[in-house]
Formats: sequence, C-alpha cells, structure tokens
Amino acid sequence: MSEDKGWSRYSHAIGFGVLIAIVVVFGLVESIQPFGFRFRDFTGGTVTFDTLIRIGILTIVVVGLNLLMGYAGQISLGQAAFYGIGAYVSGIMSTMATRHGLLPGIADTWWWPWFAIAVAMLVTGCFAYVIGRPILRLRGNYLAMATLGLGVVMYTIFREGKDITGGHDGLAGIPRLSIGGEFTFWPVDRYYWLVWGAAIIVIIIGFNVINSRVGRGLRAIHTSELAANTMGVDTDKYRVQVLVLSAMMASLAGSLYAHFQAIVSPGPFGFVASVELVCMSAVGGMASIWGAALGVSFFFVIKEALRARMHQLLRGAGGEHELIAYGIILILVMIFVPEGLSFGGVRAFDWLRDRVGLGKGGEKGVEAQVGQAG
Amino acid sequence: MSKYLGTRSVRLGLTAVATVLLVAFVLLLAYENGYGPKAFAQWTMDGIRGGSIYALVGLGFVVIHSVTGVINFAQGEFVMLGAMMCASLYGLDLPLPPVLKLAVAVIASIVTVTVVGILLERGAIYPARGASVVTLIIITIGATIAIRATALIIWGTQAKIVPAFSNLQQMDHIFRPFGLTLGAQSLWIWGTVALVLGALLYFFERTILGKALRACAVNRRAAELMGISPSRMSLLAFGLAAAVGAIGGVVFGPVIRPQYDMGLAFGLKGFVAAIMAGMVSPLGAVLGGLILGVAENVGTGVTGLYGYKDVIAFVILILILLLRPQGLIGGGERGVEES
Repeated sequence: MSEDKGWSRYSHAIGFGVLIAIVVVFGLVESIQPFGFRFRDFTGGTVTFDTLIRIGILTIVVVGLNLLMGYAGQISLGQAAFYGIGAYVSGIMSTMATRHGLLPGIADTWWWPWFAIAVAMLVTGCFAYVIGRPILRLRGNYLAMATLGLGVVMYTIFREGKDITGGHDGLAGIPRLSIGGEFTFWPVDRYYWLVWGAAIIVIIIGFNVINSRVGRGLRAIHTSELAANTMGVDTDKYRVQVLVLSAMMASLAGSLYAHFQAIVSPGPFGFVASVELVCMSAVGGMASIWGAALGVSFFFVIKEALRARMHQLLRGAGGEHELIAYGIILILVMIFVPEGLSFGGVRAFDWLRDRVGLGKGGEKGVEAQVGQAG
Repeated sequence: MSKYLGTRSVRLGLTAVATVLLVAFVLLLAYENGYGPKAFAQWTMDGIRGGSIYALVGLGFVVIHSVTGVINFAQGEFVMLGAMMCASLYGLDLPLPPVLKLAVAVIASIVTVTVVGILLERGAIYPARGASVVTLIIITIGATIAIRATALIIWGTQAKIVPAFSNLQQMDHIFRPFGLTLGAQSLWIWGTVALVLGALLYFFERTILGKALRACAVNRRAAELMGISPSRMSLLAFGLAAAVGAIGGVVFGPVIRPQYDMGLAFGLKGFVAAIMAGMVSPLGAVLGGLILGVAENVGTGVTGLYGYKDVIAFVILILILLLRPQGLIGGGERGVEES
C-alpha cells in the first residue's frame, strides 16, 4: 500500500472531482438537452434520470455495506431489511397520519416527511444496535446469519402486515418531498439532484469514518485483533457503531426510494435484494468507498445490457434469464479480482503507468520509487 | 469466554424460562382455539416430514462447512436439481416398466447432481482457494443464481410432478392410523433420512476416507502433513453434500411439486438447521431440521398465521444466536471459536 502514496494523496480529491463532474454534466445535459442531445438516445434508453436515481439510492446503501464488510469485516445478508424499514417507516408516517386524520396541522406540513426520514433512521439504528450488540461479541460470521434471519422476518412482516404495510400491494400515495411547500423535489430531474446530493454527502461521511478514530481502530483490528485490543481498541464497540451507521445509511436510501416511487411494496426488500447488495459491494470492492458507486453502476449496466441482449440470443427468453450470466460474472470477478473492480482498476492503472512510463507532471520522483518498489 | 450474552448459567436460565413460557403460550393458544392432542399429533407428524428435507439440506451445510469453512448457499439448489431432474427423466418416453423407469430416474438424477456439485467445487471454489471466506460465500451465491437461471431455461416456470413411490400415482396412498392422515411417501422420506444419516455416520466413523474428511475438518494443516489432500477432501465434501441434497429432492419430489425457484427456501431453512447444530454436528443438523419442521407446523397450526411460517424459523435462528451460539445440539464450543 505504501508505494502508491504518490498519487493516492490526491486520488480522493480527484475522485470527488470526477464524480461531481459526472453527476453535474449528466444532470445538466439531460435537463437542458443542448441541440436535442440526450444520453438515453445513445445508450438504448438505459441511461436516464430514472436509472441514475436508482444507482444513487443503492450507492448510499452499498457505501454503508462497504464500511461494514470491508472495514469491520462482517457480512450483512439482511441489509435490504434496513433499507425496507427506512422505506416503510417513511411510507407509513407520510400516508397513514393524513389518511386517518391523526395529528392535524403536523402530519400535513411540508416538513413531516423529512421528519419521518429522521425517525426512520433512528428506528433502524436502534434495530441494528439491538441485533448487533450481542451478536458482534461472537467471532466469525454470525452477523451474516442473524441479519439473514432479520431480513426474512422483516420481509414477511412487510408482506403479511396488511393493516399497516398494505401487504402485497404495498402503500401507495406517498407524497413528494418539498421545501416550505413551495419547491418540490419532483419531477425526476429535480429528484436526481436531491438523491445524488445525499449520495455525495454519504460518501464524504464514509471517508470521514475511515479516517477517524473508528476507522483507524477497525483497520488495526483487520491487521491483528489481539494487538488492537492490547492497544485499547474496543473491538466490539467499533463494530456495533459501524453496523448502526450502515443500517442508518440503508434507511436513508429506503426513505429516498419511497419518495421516489411514491409506492412501497415488499418486492425490493427480500432476501434476493440483500444478496444483490452484497454482490454489488463485493464486485465494486468492499474495502473502497468508490467501489460502492462502481459496483452498483456495473450491476445496472450488466443487467440492462443482458436484458436487452438475451432476447436476441434466446428466443422467447424473458424474465430472469439474464441471471445466469449475472451469476457467472459474479463468480469470475470473485475468482480473478477478489478485491473488487475498483482495486482491479487501481492495479491496472499502476501497471499501465509503469509500462508506459507516463504520469502526471510533478510526480516523477514518486513514480521512480513506484517503479523500484513494484 | 465471558464475551457472550451473560454467563453460562444466566443464558441457561434465560433459555429455560423462554422455553417454559413458549410451551405455556402454545398450550394456552391451542386450548383457546379448541385443538386437542390429535391436532398436535398431526402437526408433529407433518412437521417431521417437512423437517426431514431441512435435515438433509442441513447435513450438506455441515459437511461442507466443517471441511472447507464455506457456507454453501447453493445447497438448496441441489435439492431443486434432484427433484426437477427426477421429474423430467420420469416423464421421458422410455420402453421400461414404470417402477424401473422411476428407479433409473432416481439414480440418474442423484448421480448427475453429484457431478454438478463436483463441477461447482472444481469450477468455482477450487480456483479461488485461499481467498477470504466472504469471497467464497459470494461465489456460492453466484453459483446459486446461475444454477437457478439454468433450471429456468431448461424447465421453465411450471411446477413438475414426481409420482409417489408406492403407487406411482400423483395422488399418494394414505394411511389413517388413529384417525391421523399419513401419506405413504412420508414413510419413504423417513426411511431415506434414517438411511442417509446412518450411512454418513458409518462413513465418518468407520471408513478411512471418512476419517480423513473429519481430520481435515479438525485441523487442515495437520491433516495435510499426514498425507491427506485438503483439495480432494473439499471435492469429496461437495460431492457428498450434493448427493445428499439430491436424495432429499428426489424423495420429496412427490410431496412438494418441484419448481425451479424452490431451492432458496430449502437452502435457508436447512441453514437454520445447521446453525442449530453449531455447523459441526451431522446428527445435530438432522435433529435441528426435524425440530424446525415441527416448530413450524405447530406454530402455524396453533396460531393459524400461515403467512408467517418463515418467521418461525428465523426467530428461532436469532434466538439461538443470542442464547446458544454454539448450537442447540452437539457441537460444543467449536462452532463459536472459528473465525
């Protein structure tokens, strides 16, 4: 790790620059449509505000999952439950109160849905704490199993709790978010800015966690748990904190999803969704915050591409057929680039730079060292 | 080891209190709804039948996990493949008497699924050997997705039919002992589970190969120094687990109407059974599966909340992890010590 200090000192700044540039350029081009140019015309209708909002929402979940899996070394197979709790608490609070005429004057104000998002995050955080506190004291991948259980239980409650969650059909009529009742984050081109604003803030929080006391402690645990404990790192406490944080991020994403779809149904919060999230995290690179955005985007692109192509390859193919390639890609990535695509990319970049001998101006000295070290 | 929830005695006490309260609650609810001992007997019998498949899947989890440390999420897919393959082979138009045709279908599908398990190990697990456990688990998830999609392409979404073994009809022969309902296929299922468990125990305890497998589970490095190849043991474990899963799928075929997407549910329940055994004890996994099946049937029967069936298994899972993470049955502390 030490040899790539040269450019990695700037890489986060560069990364942020690139991410914000992509977000802004896309948003502006799609909204203004200069000379009638739209991205969706060039990508077979794949790259639209709709897809990018979904990618942004899932990026928020996966950033949390990366902190948990890549840094705290725990798998969560029930992250979709936290995501779902966020969506349902938001959905229930912003529809039920007005429908039943509860809390008049409060439940119909513009800030009520925002308040609901905060409540959802709090509830989800408490949930994660109650589950995580005892489980994380055990060694091994017990959190994976407990969260798996939680995931299935929550999914069943979403599906069966007809009076509150609306059962199979879900909750409809979730209002759009607005500020002061004047400025509404809708249609999609407005919501896009909100989601990606939130995603960028979450990414910044992620980086701060990694570089904070907790992050350093977790890295120390990764190297040697015994040594870290001896130096006074409270292993259990840090793991629980990261779990709670990742659950709250998932909850925020769930709330954003609820206000985006205006309807929540149990479908996207089942076990398969949890597994997909873990795969996105693993493919992008668990120990990397950038890996989150990369993994989610990669999956969306692959999924859409497969969905479009499979029809031509297999006649009459539809539905879940693309999953076969999806599974094989997952296996191949895990065999050949187990650190994930973002690290694979970094390695490829280093290799390429060493081969070609090109680099950015003022980094020549460092590069010589890289060459020697590598 | 004071890092678990409270001390040993506190946890024991909590478990005892929880059990007593639960039993009292179930009995009270049954009394309220007017269910007698006969209803309980019926639920228990159905539960043992349903739990048998969890037991077989749990066995597969335990075998693979104890040898390789991998939690193989594709375990349920072996069940699905076994059942689907048996159904479509029986459906072929072969010039054989039906009994023989069924026997051929059963054996051919078990062999094929075993080969699938071996291919999975060689194709996906072996190339990633030495990778972290998380990576290996994700690989098995990838395999699950791929197998399921392949099954969808081959067989479509329609449910298949495997004939009952006794009368080769779609409708099974029904016994009515003491006014209860018992399908003949249940007897086949129980017999098979007992046979598989007996064979596995014999294999682990009495044969050199089985002992080598266990040695590899206890200490991989030491086993390697004794001339046991962990790579071959891993292959053997996957083959065994796939065979056990396929056997489960085949005998359960007549009672479940196999479908391409049923693997996941069986996989998850079998996984809970394996957790009940602390992921280390084959006998424990079988008992765990049976207990789980009974708990599900009694729970849904007494409350009438059939939609919440899955919740029972996973509430049990969470409770076990909180109160007795080393497993309910057998296993000791080893399951916890592993990292």
